[in-house]
Parts: sequence; C-alpha cells; structure tokens
Amino acid sequence: MSYRSDPYDPKQVALLDQTALDDAVAGAEKAFAAAADLDALTALKPAHLGDRAPVSLARREIGALPPAAKSDAGKRVNEARAAVQAAFDARSAQLTAEREQKVLAQEAVDVTLPWDRRPRGARHPLTTLMERIGDLFVGMGYEIAEGPEAELEWYNFDALNIPPDHPARGLMDTFFVDVPGLVLRTHTSPVQARTMLTRPLPIYVVVPGRTYRTDELDATHTPVFHQVEGLVVDKGITMAHLRGTLDHFARAMFGAGARTRWRPHYFPFTEPSAEFDVWFPEHRDGPQWVEWGGCGMVNPRVLRAVGVDPDEYSGFAFGMGIERTLMFRNGVSDMRDMIEGDVRFTRAFGMDV
Amino acid sequence: MRVSVAWLREWVDAPADPAVLEEALVRVGIEVEEVVDLAATVDGALVVGRVLSIEELTGYKKPIRYCQVDVGDVDSGDRVRGIICGATNFAAGDLVVVALPGTVLPGGFAIAARRTYDRVSDGMICSARELGIGEDHSGIIVLPPDSAAPGDPARPLVGLDDVVLDLEVTPDRGYCLSVRGIARELSHALGVAYRDPAHAVEAPGATDEPPYPVTVEDPVGCDRFAARLVRGIDPAAPTPPVIRNRLAVAGIRSISLAVDITNYLMLELGQPMHAFDPNRLSGPLLVRRARAGERLTTLDGVDRKLDPEDMVICDDTGPISLAAVMGGENSEMQPDSVDVLFEAAHWDPVMVSRTARRHRLLSEAAKRWERGVDPRLALVALEKAVRLLTGYGGGELDPRILDVDHVVAPKPVRVAADLPSRVAGVPYEAERVTGLLTGIGCAVAPVGDVLVVTPPTWRPDLLQPADLAEEVVRLDGYDKVPSVLPVAPPGRGLTAGQRRKRSVGRALAENGYVEVLSYPFTSASVLDALQVPEGDPRRTVVRLTNPLSDEEPLLRTTLLPPLLGTLRRNLGRGMRDLALYEVGPVFRATGATGTPPVMGVDGRPDEADLVAAERFVPQQPWHVAAVLAGDVEPAGWWGAGRAASWADAVQAARTVVSAAGLHAVVRAGTQPPWHPGRCAGIVVNGEVVGYAGELHPAVCSALDLPRRTAAMELSLDALPLPGVVPAPRISTYPPALIDVALVVDAATPAADVEAALVSGAGELLESVRLFDVYTSEQLGAGRRSLAYKLTFRAPDRTLTVEEAVAARDAAVAVAAECYGAMLRGA
Repeated sequence: MSYRSDPYDPKQVALLDQTALDDAVAGAEKAFAAAADLDALTALKPAHLGDRAPVSLARREIGALPPAAKSDAGKRVNEARAAVQAAFDARSAQLTAEREQKVLAQEAVDVTLPWDRRPRGARHPLTTLMERIGDLFVGMGYEIAEGPEAELEWYNFDALNIPPDHPARGLMDTFFVDVPGLVLRTHTSPVQARTMLTRPLPIYVVVPGRTYRTDELDATHTPVFHQVEGLVVDKGITMAHLRGTLDHFARAMFGAGARTRWRPHYFPFTEPSAEFDVWFPEHRDGPQWVEWGGCGMVNPRVLRAVGVDPDEYSGFAFGMGIERTLMFRNGVSDMRDMIEGDVRFTRAFGMDV
Repeated sequence: MRVSVAWLREWVDAPADPAVLEEALVRVGIEVEEVVDLAATVDGALVVGRVLSIEELTGYKKPIRYCQVDVGDVDSGDRVRGIICGATNFAAGDLVVVALPGTVLPGGFAIAARRTYDRVSDGMICSARELGIGEDHSGIIVLPPDSAAPGDPARPLVGLDDVVLDLEVTPDRGYCLSVRGIARELSHALGVAYRDPAHAVEAPGATDEPPYPVTVEDPVGCDRFAARLVRGIDPAAPTPPVIRNRLAVAGIRSISLAVDITNYLMLELGQPMHAFDPNRLSGPLLVRRARAGERLTTLDGVDRKLDPEDMVICDDTGPISLAAVMGGENSEMQPDSVDVLFEAAHWDPVMVSRTARRHRLLSEAAKRWERGVDPRLALVALEKAVRLLTGYGGGELDPRILDVDHVVAPKPVRVAADLPSRVAGVPYEAERVTGLLTGIGCAVAPVGDVLVVTPPTWRPDLLQPADLAEEVVRLDGYDKVPSVLPVAPPGRGLTAGQRRKRSVGRALAENGYVEVLSYPFTSASVLDALQVPEGDPRRTVVRLTNPLSDEEPLLRTTLLPPLLGTLRRNLGRGMRDLALYEVGPVFRATGATGTPPVMGVDGRPDEADLVAAERFVPQQPWHVAAVLAGDVEPAGWWGAGRAASWADAVQAARTVVSAAGLHAVVRAGTQPPWHPGRCAGIVVNGEVVGYAGELHPAVCSALDLPRRTAAMELSLDALPLPGVVPAPRISTYPPALIDVALVVDAATPAADVEAALVSGAGELLESVRLFDVYTSEQLGAGRRSLAYKLTFRAPDRTLTVEEAVAARDAAVAVAAECYGAMLRGA
C-alpha cells in the first residue's frame, strides 16, 4: 500500500488496515458460526454489524484519510461489511431452516390413526346394477320406461297374448289384490303395452323394475324380484337385430369375451321366442354358459292389441332377472342376502356394482 | 315329462347317447331337466331269484318271512341263500329280484349279509321303491312266471337298463307331452327317420251300431267321443313289466291292466283315455255340461260341487265322470271287473283349463287337454288299447265302434313365403321354407308369393303367420341368426324424475345411509303400532287376496313398516349403529267401485276405456324414507360418539330436498308415528311433503325398537321438478360481518326468527347462520338467546360500517316486531 509514505498518522486509521478488516470479517464469521440458534445469532448482531462494530468504526475513519485514499478505503470497508452481512444472513437462513425442520419434526403425527367419524353409506347393488344397464341403453339412444307395480290384468296378461284361460296364466304364480282386475305385475312386460299405447313409434326403451310371483323365499327364489326388459318396435326389425343387441349388452356387462346362445322357448308375447344363455369368461367357477333371460320377436297379436300395425312394424323384446344377473356376475350364492337388507352385504358394494 | 329313451327309440332312429339326445332336444326347444341312467342307480349285483321255501317267523310285531331263495350260479357264495323279507305278496315258486351283498341301492343303501330276526339274511328281496323305479312299497316285485331263470341279470326285467329323460315342455306344445311328439322332435333335430306311432296300427272307423249308447249333448265342449268294448277279460291278468316300468319312470302307479293301458297310451300317443266298467253303468251315457247343484265324488275321494261350465259324462244316475279331468268313483274299474269300456274323446281346451283350476285337479290328462291334444287320435288309441287288453288280459272284443265326431279341420294359414326371412334376418329359400313346414306335418300350397299352410292336427298352436315363421327359424337353427346391432334414433336421456331418484339415493348414501330394498308387504297391526289413526290416508290400503303370509296381507302405504323391520333385523344380527334408507313406491287404494271395463285385444282399446280402467290402478307414489338408531358418528380415539337423533332425521329430509334441487322449510309438526314434540313437517313450496324426527317412545316400544329411533319419510312425487337454476351474481367486494344475539320466547322456532331477520335485512344480506343457542337463569325461564352471524355484501361497492349497521338494525327490528326479539346486551 502506498499510504505508508503519506503524511498522516497511520495510528488514527488503524481500523482501516486491511488486516484489521480481514480480522473483523473472520471474527464475525466465526462468532456467527458459533451461534447455536437464532436468538444467539441475533444477540451477536450488534457486535459485528452494529454502530460499534469494527466495520462500522472503520467507516468513520475514512474521513481522516486524504481524498485520494478515501475511495479505496471506502471500497474495502464496504466489501468487509458486505462479507459480515452475508455471513450473518447465511447463518440466519441456516438456523431458520433448522428451526423449521425441528418444528415439523415435533409436529409429526401417526397418520395411520383411523378417522371414520362420518361413515359412508352405500347403494343397493340391485339399484346400481339396474342403473348401469339403464345407462348402457340410454347411451345407445334408448329411453327408460316405467309402469305401476300393482297393475291391471289387461296390461299384465291380456294385451300380452295371455288370455284368461291360457295355461301360461296359471304358470305365472300371480299375486291378486282386492281390486277387481288387478294383480301385482308378474313381469315388467305390462310396461311394453303401456309404452306402445303412449309413445310415438319407433320405440326403443328399457324397463327396469320390481316384479312379483308367489314363490317362497329360499336360496334361489324370491317372491319379489327385479327385471330389466328391453323393447324395440321399428320398421324392419329382425331377430338378427335382437341378437346384435343382446351380444352388445352381454359384452358390456361381462367383458369382451361374452356372447349369447339361444334356445327355442315359448312366451305368449313373443313369436318366435328363445331363452338365452351368456358365455361368462369371468365366472367364479370358471368360464361357462349361464342362463340369463328370455327374448323374442314381439307377437303380432301384442302389436295389434295396442294398435300397432304388424304389417308395417315389427319389434323385439328381451328380459332378464336382475337378482340372477347379480348372483352369477358378482358371485352371490344366496338370494336372501339381496333381500334381507343386511348392511354388511350392501356396504361391500359401495356406490357402484 | 319323464320318458324312457328305449321307448323313444322304438319310434325314432336316434342314437342312444343321452348327451346327443339332450343337445338335440334343447336345440329344438325342449328343456332337459335331468338325465337319469337307471343302470347306474343300483350299484352291484341285481339278479333274478326263485323263492324255494318260506318260513313264517312269529313273535314279531309284523309278519316276517325267512325265505330260501335260489339265486343261480353266482361267482361267490351259495346258490341258495336265506333272506329275511317283510313283504307277504309272494309265494314259494315266485321269481323275485334279489340284491346280493355288496350291492348299493339308490340313496346309498348298502346290502350286506347281516344277522337279523335271529337269522342271517344274505341279501335283499327288492320292492319297486327300493330300486328307485316306482313308488310302490306295498310289496316286493314279483316277476311274471317263466320270464327268467334264477341268476339272470334282473335289471332289464325291471327297466333298470334304460335311461330316463326328464323334459320340460312349454305350454304351447302339448303334442310333446308324449313319446309320439318327442320322438318327432328328435327326428327333426337329428335328421333321422321317424315312425308315427299313430300310424302303427290300422284303426277301423265307426260302425252303425255303437257298443254302448252314448249321446253328446254339447259338441262344443266335446267335439269327439269314441268308445270300444271288451268283455270277459281276466281281471287278475298282470300288467306286462315293460308297461309297468315305463309308467313307473313317468311317475304313474300301476293299478290294473285296463287302467295301465290307458295311461300307457296317454304317454305314448298323448291321448288321455278312460276305462269304465260297463256293468257299473246304468243306462246310456250322456255327455253334457253339469247342472247347477250337481255333485260328483271323483276318484281321489273328494266330493265335488260341479259348475255349469264343467263337462260331465252321465248315466241314468247322473254324473259319473268329470270329463277330461278325473273319473268318478261309481263307474271305476274294480279289481273284479271283467268288462271294459274304453273311452277316447276330445275336449275343449278352455273348458278343461277352467274345470281343472276350479277343482284344483291339474291331472296328467288335464295338463294335456289344456295344451291341446290331436283330435285325430281317438280311434287309433282305442285300437291300440283293445289290442293290448285282449293280448294280455284275454276277453272278447265287441266289433262295434262308437265315434261321435264333430272335429273341425285345422284352418289353413296364409303366410308370405318371405316372412320367415323378414322375421329372422336370414335369407331362406322358398324351397327350404316349404321343406321345413312340410317336415313338421303341414300341408303347404304355394299361391304366388304366399304359402297356404294347413297345420297338422297335433299342432293347434300354429294359428298365425308368425307361428309358422318361428317353426322355420327354430328348425333351421336359431344359431344361424346373425348378430346385427340396430341403430336407435337419438334419445332424450333420463327424465328429470329418473335423475332425481338417483340423486336422492346417492346423496343419502354419501351421507352415511345404506340402501335397502324391502318387500312392500305389511299388516294392519303394524299400522296400529305406528299409531296411524283411522281415516288417515295411510289406512286406505290395498289388500292381497293370496298373500305369502297371513301376517302381512297389505301393500305398504308408507315405507316405514318394512324399513323398520329391516332395521330390527340388522339390530338382531348385532349391528348397533344403523342408518338405512329406501326409495320405492307406496300403494293407496283408489276406492273405485265396480270392475274395470272389459278391453279386447283385437285393436287399440277405446281411449275412454283406458282412462276408466286406469281409475282402478292404485296410486303408487314414490317415497323416500330413512331410519336411524345407535350412533351416527362412532366413538373413537378422538372421543365420544354422537347418538343419532331427531336432528339427523330432519337433516336427512333436508338432504333429500336439496338433492332434488329444492329448498326445504322445516316446521314443527305432529304426525304419528313421530314423537309429538320432536316431529318436523317438511314443507316445499308451501306444501307439506313429509315428516321427520324422533319416533314416539310408545311406537319404539311396540315395535321393539331402540329408544329414540329416528325416522323421516317424504313423498318424492310430491316434490315439484326444479326448473333451470338461475346463476347467482358473485360480488368481489369485501363482506361486512355482524353477529346478533336475540333473546326470544323459547317456544319461538329458530327458523321463524331467521326468516324474520332475512325479510328485514334487505338485499345487502348475503347469508345468515345460527351459531349459538343459549339459555340461562339470567335470561329467565322460557326465554332463550339465539345468536346469528349476518354477512352483508353489496354487489357494486365496499359497504360502509353505517350501511351494515343500518341493515342489521332493520333485520332485528322485524324480528322484534314479529317475535318480540330483544337484542341481547342492548
């Protein structure tokens, strides 16, 4: 340094000596590093950055310097002060982080504790299965039709080509009520007649609903059960359309590997008629054919009874039991589980089936 | 129908493999319920034995015989064996069926040499029931003399070498309730030769003189009546084993040769017949409708009051047979009858169906009549019957034949030749259609594009073109129908009502309720227990005339009885904390009197008739109900649980209404079965739509429910469907929050005070929320403090303190005016 040859007394500006400044920075860094926590660090701050701190006192000595030296001294003092401040800030940030870390550690909880203070309920799988089927067909452009459960015999039987003395009427195991001409519907098919009487053609509907037959409740029978029925009446409808619809339905319900197989059968309201089985690859007892429902081409007599010209229109209908579908699809082994309302059964299905 | 495969194969060249037969029958629409291989039902040695001597053992409660039986050359053991037998229907020298030790009879009954009645019994002499070939257990099987030798295999002699098919025949195909019909279907399914058993004999026609005088007064009820007479048979002549065995597998008991023959031919041809003892008839027979007041004791011993619609066969004494359904006791064949008058008739299916149901006599004959019997079988059946009877029972055939024939030939059906193709979506050649229809017995005459098809007499089900189309598709094979997905026109999605049902269910389930689907049956006593008063709409019940249980003969008028029953069942299974809901219809009688109009099926009914009929249909509004018991929030490590209460039930009602897109107003209400002080009426748009709260303590105790069980029930159908929701304006200016505590009479409902605040506060009020309810001595008895948090906000500016206070004061002023509310601390 050149100031040693200056005419000023070097003792008066000892603090501006570079060594002193370096010492001040080093001393501050050491002290800050030794501070154990933020409080200790704060306590150290006046000594190293306060008015009486070495770097502050050094700044005052600048005035005693000749003008030529001031700039250089000021620069060095600022650098030293900045170094002390940086050391302080660094340590402060470090200690803050440490403190936050500690607080977070202290706040740790056992996240495995249960918190089922508001148990969730559940919807009945028969309901959700019917909705699922309904949604499938609504997505295809069908609508959902409904009808009364206590129903006129005319809709439940006569309009469906089951005249009063037909043997099929005796096979229906019908519940009768104390109103003349009224029964608990034995199938969802009366809604076919209601639909054709009230809706404009063409008709594409599905009918989910509750039905009744006088069976005793056991593991495989229930006197109150559910069906879903499909009805299409349009020009040029054929059995091929029926098969296409059932195959699509089967795949949607039972996976891409599902398909249907028909066996000739008899229903008064369809001609030709078939019972159909579905190939169910995911059956819990291994892939197999399962009896699923009945179907056929709407009997021209039924069309005539509701005023539809069978020479112009044809249609198909199909139906299946929802309980039965749930039984083999979801592996329910006892019909009573679906009937008795035990919450353990229904809860297992949650909100969807 | 249970039928022997060997019998079928007499008439059709089908393979014996039951698996092939099953597949073939299912393919043409005859369901195979069961295949029983009779040879496999008895495991082990079953041989013919000759009874050499009989020692009657005495000193036992029942007759016991120790028999020496020659069982022939059997590999192991003696030729002559001692066997204990409890039956007495045999004598020394008779041939019997012996199960040797080591044999296992049906039901897992193993035969072993064992000591009994102080003798060693080295085998068993079998009855039909023990072998599983019939119900007869009155004695052991005695084989016809000289039909076999000791040691011969006994299975073929008792029909145990056969396979039995148990078939389910659909009600349209009566002709398949016979060997004749099933064999015919097998020939179609397998493409093999068929011999019609109805053509197996030449049946002579009526003679000028009848063998017995018969007048048919009602040719509508009876369009054919034929009869033949055999005199002087051996009344003791046994039924040949083959007939007895085939009857046994069909579940028909052997009675006597003549009666067995009628049953055998019914099974073979499908023609029910009857055998009269002409010596027990007095005077000519008359076939007519029954007259009011007439009675007949049928073969089953039941004394029946006849209906003027029933057809009867009468002699001079009156009715002797309930025609087509069951014979009478007074003309029946007796064990000593030597003369037989066989009758083969044809009856009106509708008449038989009504008669059989009226008298609850669904006999094998009635089952065939109501499904349709070939009217051309009578003479063939009679010819076969007299041949069998004279062949096995001797006697002299009266050459005279009676045949009163009013049968109308089947009407031809005109069917477009391409109809089967249009129905199935499969192109059938015209020759194929004609070929298939001819194959099932139709006469087919093409007239241009139309086929004039005359169905065979055994197919009364073929009446319209669609019936013929089905035959073509069925016989060509349903599996040939391709899969084509039709494209529906655009639909409108779910209706608002359908969406609402789903939303309500989901909302309740998400709020902790579990859905149940109960049987909708209930009883007057449950309505009593619910304290539903006389005259309440819930008493306008629809009653089942044939309920499952006499305990529950009514259809529910409220969802609560079955739902509370389900609650109780869950409690009984150890669940304590329960919240259940159900969405479903209730049933209310309409009170319509008279009967619904008779509506035909030949065309759309009159609009007026449809409307009039609808008046008889009970109202079936959809309700939603929920019930709660136990804790609604469980206890846990966080602390105590919270018991379900009236408040949860009321909140469930609010949840439902809000899921339906509406706002519920809650008012104090009184409605059984709820606690009079803890019952809320739920009001929507000014109408009460249901109730919620805690059940009356007496109801809980009467129905064995936990104390303080809570419930709600609303009529979903009473809720108006919401329109389009108008969007709110969202202000971005800051709110002004002011709390007010109002002291009011404790009986003043909080909802009313809140409504007063809302009406007074004006448009600046954004929301109001009750946050505290407080009573103290300081406030005074009968008073309480309700503390509300009011949030004010303007759409276009920041409110000043003065504006907010002024709005608050206006709100409090209305509450003060309406309910005497005083600002607490003021």
